[in-house]
Amino acid sequence: MAVEVRVPTILRDYTSGERVVLASGASVATVIDDLDVNYPGIAERLLDDSGLRRFVNVYLNDEDVRVLDGLDTVVADNDSITILPAVAGG
Amino acid sequence: MLVIRADLVDAMVAHARADHPDEACGVITGPDGSDRPERFVPMINAARSPTFYEFDSGDLLRLYRDMDSRDEVPVVVYHSHTATEAYPSRTDVSYASEPNAHYVLVSTRESGRGDGPYELRSFRIVDGVVTEEEIDVTPA
Repeated sequence: MAVEVRVPTILRDYTSGERVVLASGASVATVIDDLDVNYPGIAERLLDDSGLRRFVNVYLNDEDVRVLDGLDTVVADNDSITILPAVAGG
Repeated sequence: MLVIRADLVDAMVAHARADHPDEACGVITGPDGSDRPERFVPMINAARSPTFYEFDSGDLLRLYRDMDSRDEVPVVVYHSHTATEAYPSRTDVSYASEPNAHYVLVSTRESGRGDGPYELRSFRIVDGVVTEEEIDVTPA
């Protein structure tokens, strides 16, 4: 499945400045794996040992994948994925 | 240096006072590449906390889509501290994810919801390093 992935400013160092890149995979997890093949290091910024990092939001189309099936969320052709770091602090 | 209109400063302070004792948060967007804050966008603090702020996940997506469609970026990311100084906390530094933004902090520790004195300071937060910058307030 080929999907568009929108990359936030802070991760564009990995994508040579590109805002939107293409990746493939049948789930959010496999899309992230595929991203990491082409943009090594990017997965580390998104995932930790427990899964998606607490302050990284990943959206499939209009939905936060946390309210779907998380990293197991199924991805279809022409879906779009948006990565946004949380805006948060203390 | 942050160059910002006086009415936008007033809007951040008013939002911080209104939400006191919880932290207030929001952005001021501007044209991509301009470094000029223009459009005031107060956000809801989904954490509704005096010690933490977080944009709601759905609001965050709508905000960034809206900015993309207008060719805007978050020139200012602001939030308030309601019991401590207007200086980024360790948490602020660890979650700062807009290296090109001016991080503005407003402290309402003295004023509370009233008209008393406030502090307002601006910082760059890049790779965990905080650098304070001057603020040039221009007429509205």
